[in-house]
Amino acid sequence: MAEALLEIAGLAKAYGALHVTAGVDLAVLPGEIHALIGPNGAGKTTLVGQISGEVMPDAGTIRFDGADITRLPVHRRARLGLARAFQITSIFPRFTALEHAALAVMAARGRTFRLLRPASSDRAAREEAVGLLEEVGLAARAGVAAAALSHGEKRALELAMALAARPRLMLLDEPMAGTGPAESAAMVALLTRLKGRCAILLVEHDMDAVFRLADRISVLVNGRIIACGTPDAVRADAAVRAAYLGDGA
Amino acid sequence: MRRFLLAFVLFAALAAVPAFADTAMLTLVARAMIFALAATSLGFILGQGGLVSFGHAATMGIGAYAVGILMEEGGRDALVSFPVSMAAAGLFALVTGAISLRTRGVYFIMITLAFGQMAFFVTQSLSAYGGDDGLTLAARSTVAGARWLKDPKTFHYVVLGLLALTVLVSTMLARSPFGRVLAAGRDNERRLRALGVDPYAYRLVAYVIAGAFAGLAGALYANLTEFVSPAYLSWHRSAEFIVMVVAGGPGSALGPVLGALGVVLLEDGLAHLTEHWRIIFGPLLVLLVLARGGIATLLGGRRDG
Amino acid sequence: MTLTLFLVQMLNGLQLGILLFLVAAGLTLVFGVMDVINLAHGVQYMLGAYLMVTATALTGSFWLGLPLALAAALVLGLLLERLVIRQLYGRDHLDQVLATFGIILFVSEAVRMVWGSAPLAIPMPQALSGSVRLMDGLNYPVYRLVLIGAGLGVAGLLYVLVTRTRAGMLLRAGATNAPMVSALGVDINALFARIFAFGAMLAAFAGAMAGPILSVEPGMGDNLLILAFVVIVIGGIGSMRGAFVAALLVGLIDTLGRSFLTDILKLVMSASAASAAGPALASMSVYVLMAAILFFRPRGLFPAPA
Repeated sequence: MAEALLEIAGLAKAYGALHVTAGVDLAVLPGEIHALIGPNGAGKTTLVGQISGEVMPDAGTIRFDGADITRLPVHRRARLGLARAFQITSIFPRFTALEHAALAVMAARGRTFRLLRPASSDRAAREEAVGLLEEVGLAARAGVAAAALSHGEKRALELAMALAARPRLMLLDEPMAGTGPAESAAMVALLTRLKGRCAILLVEHDMDAVFRLADRISVLVNGRIIACGTPDAVRADAAVRAAYLGDGA
Repeated sequence: MRRFLLAFVLFAALAAVPAFADTAMLTLVARAMIFALAATSLGFILGQGGLVSFGHAATMGIGAYAVGILMEEGGRDALVSFPVSMAAAGLFALVTGAISLRTRGVYFIMITLAFGQMAFFVTQSLSAYGGDDGLTLAARSTVAGARWLKDPKTFHYVVLGLLALTVLVSTMLARSPFGRVLAAGRDNERRLRALGVDPYAYRLVAYVIAGAFAGLAGALYANLTEFVSPAYLSWHRSAEFIVMVVAGGPGSALGPVLGALGVVLLEDGLAHLTEHWRIIFGPLLVLLVLARGGIATLLGGRRDG
Repeated sequence: MTLTLFLVQMLNGLQLGILLFLVAAGLTLVFGVMDVINLAHGVQYMLGAYLMVTATALTGSFWLGLPLALAAALVLGLLLERLVIRQLYGRDHLDQVLATFGIILFVSEAVRMVWGSAPLAIPMPQALSGSVRLMDGLNYPVYRLVLIGAGLGVAGLLYVLVTRTRAGMLLRAGATNAPMVSALGVDINALFARIFAFGAMLAAFAGAMAGPILSVEPGMGDNLLILAFVVIVIGGIGSMRGAFVAALLVGLIDTLGRSFLTDILKLVMSASAASAAGPALASMSVYVLMAAILFFRPRGLFPAPA
């Protein structure tokens, strides 16, 4: 087995008496698409929050590429190559799509602390941003204000911004949620194209997409990983069937 | 393009004022332009960065005191005292900003207010420099030994030039990657952090720049009135700056200038009407706020470049 | 001698702290429950003192004047809530700052027009005008002791109100989830109006009680307002307990700093340097305290649950 890119050990987080993360061990390998699934309330959002750095765990360690990042703030993790695309489309309403991508490129290259030259004069950033928009299929919408983009387009823009950092691991929080069938098919196609470029930790409810995309799947139930393996192995796992289909199944 | 035209018309009109104005009028317009300079610097951090600083008069007052104290100690030249004013105000902004910017929202408003009040009380206790009564300047600052600032018309053009420079700097900052980060931090700090950017340093630099320009406004104001006093740092004046920025629309570089000119001229007009002008101005302010939803969308062009 | 002076200043500090608490309590209540930052709270304190001037003059008695002034302050509070504050719920804090600043300008000017700009006095009630001997060489005015006692009484009453009564329960629930409380059939508008007016009355009570020992003048609310902000920032916005602790802390440090800092500095520097630096440092002391506390606890001593 290859060296894990992201390695989580014994991670725990409780809110009062509620153990939202109850001793999670998880490894994401370089280049794989690793899906994290689980019923509502299993603690997926809190786990992703701890990986990205917005939520501090009570116990356990998170290692990224060998380095302990358990206590690093969000922006430091991002600079190490751990990018996140958000579940709630959380973009800057007044920027255009191109400005979003360009800002992400400049942030990733450390070219934002420039005070007097216009942002639009950074040609390299602009070209790279245009390339990113092309890659996610938004080239034609480059000049549109983000607030006017459709839901699926916003998700694609999120992805472009995450890719700007040339990340080694992308956290994708429900990229299919709230999108229509055509849009989610486009998203699956897009993620398939990205496969191998960086590792992806995919949190998703759309099982069809998960089983088509994922190399491996981890199943989170009540704050614990109850199964981890290839799609076929997980599909056949008794504990998973019990969790999803009810006890008798 | 339309905004450029508006700026051109506005500055041309201000440049034409000395052709017909008497000294009292020139003083009033100079006052309005100096406040406009301070309001522009506040408008930058408030509009671009979403930072509602309630201590802007304090930074301006520190700039004024720097000129007054230097002059008392024999440093009369603007080439020295103006940069010192900007540095002193910037330093105050750096220290108080470093603490205030660790907080958000209403905490930030109250803390900047409290630090402003601290500076106010400190100037009150400066018994060597007039204490409560303030300090009268021996004369206006010289410029490289020349007594240019004494002439009201020259002074008018100096203030106008510095105001234009401030608006230009504010516009350039807003369009730079630095300004983009500030705006992004205002709109969605969480997303910005996930891009690998911690907005703290950007905000602090913006806060210091705004403080330094407010210091410049203070240096000019001390020269206009040939006097400095703790009242320059009062929180009422800080509130007035916020009024100017909001009235003019924080969404553009020119808004605060229009707001400041409007507020100063309105106050002056009301004051001619009755000594109790605040009894009219106060309710006007309340009405402005209650109508702001409409006004903001009318004036709120994007500023992000 | 020095010990006596120190004790007197402690009591003075406590008394300032109590006044600050009465003002800060209303501020923190209105902010904690309605999420409104009310700059006009300082003029409500001032208005309390002026109403007391008129009420004592009308009735010729401190004891009849006080409830009259408080009732008037309560009515004015309700009126202000109805006319302006109600429009500010859910608005951006910037809007609230501007609108309540407008109220300050209006009320201050109205007070000048009605009562004039010259300082006024409220006569000390006869029964409380003497001083009492606390220990050898330490006489302290009865009225100031009563003020401290009354403030502590109000603090206790507030504690009981907030923790023990149905109104307090609604209040705490309103602070966490106004839409939910509203959905459960409680008239949230009426609740907010009452809370606001109650806060206004507390501030007016502070002003009315301070009247006999301070001069009643148009700017009297300003400095107290800023200090009250310092208090609630230190205490944690929305926390009544935090406001109480921080108010006493600020009152004591401000008073003791002003009385003793110059003398303390003389121990480590020349007398003239100390006389120059002492007052400046003393006036900074509470703000330095605030900065220090915020550096370690950005949300104050008793942060409200997020």
